[in-house]
Amino acid sequence: MTQSMKQLLAALVAGTLFGFGLGLAQMIDPAKVTNFLDLFGTWDPSLAFVMAGGLAVNAAVTPFILKRERPLLAEFFRLPSRMEVDRRIVIGGVLFGIGWGLAGYCPGPMITSLSFADSDIVTVLAAFVVGTFAARWVLHRIA
Amino acid sequence: MTIVNFTPLSALAGGALIGLSAAFLLLAKGRIAGISGIAGGVIYPESRDDIGWRLIFLLGLVLGGFIYQLSGLGVGVEHIAAVADKPVLILAGLLVGIGTQIGTGCTSGHGICGLARRSPRSLVATLCFMGSAIVTVYIVRHLVGDAA
Repeated sequence: MTQSMKQLLAALVAGTLFGFGLGLAQMIDPAKVTNFLDLFGTWDPSLAFVMAGGLAVNAAVTPFILKRERPLLAEFFRLPSRMEVDRRIVIGGVLFGIGWGLAGYCPGPMITSLSFADSDIVTVLAAFVVGTFAARWVLHRIA
Repeated sequence: MTIVNFTPLSALAGGALIGLSAAFLLLAKGRIAGISGIAGGVIYPESRDDIGWRLIFLLGLVLGGFIYQLSGLGVGVEHIAAVADKPVLILAGLLVGIGTQIGTGCTSGHGICGLARRSPRSLVATLCFMGSAIVTVYIVRHLVGDAA
């Protein structure tokens, strides 16, 4: 198998594991997500455990992975270079949160939900694609 | 406050799989498993030779959803429905797309991967989207909505 085939296979495994995890965690249920966000009403704390589980596993192994010279199947690690806080991160985070709270879909569950898509899921995903394209188009021109 | 439908074990297990996926992608390919970033590079590509693995990863997300349904674990997807009308879904999708691109990440990229690398940027991003999502649900459900 060529190196690029191995890379694609690794991406497929990672994506599948991620999608299955989103299903098992019930992040694909917008009612559960919005109940998690409803601290002052019918609160479902479960999704804090999704974050805790994901963070615990990832935080435990990431330092060991990054001690390597290079990844298994690529030349180098491509990590976000910026660590500092700026206005952009705040504005973007707040806008994303409003959208997340309105419908209960963050990007991962939106895409995994295509596996049982109805017109509502197609609608929110199409709007996500349009919003993503528009934002990247504008950001490219002002950068 | 009333606590409802609490499922800590499946949530923890699902979360652990997500963390494992992110760690595996980093180990194998050296990339961050941020869904909005991976999707953004497909929707508006910056370089042509960087699209393939992204598409395959996104395909895996859907495949994982299928396997979850076949597994018979948890709640059947027939019980899952949108919690908002179409116009609100459109607004929500647009905001999630625009916000994650301006803020360079979403729940996975900042919340799982960034926090694991102790990035201050990701911590602020996570606090911002969690905070604004909680305020949004409060407004929708308790100030304007009649649903409790």
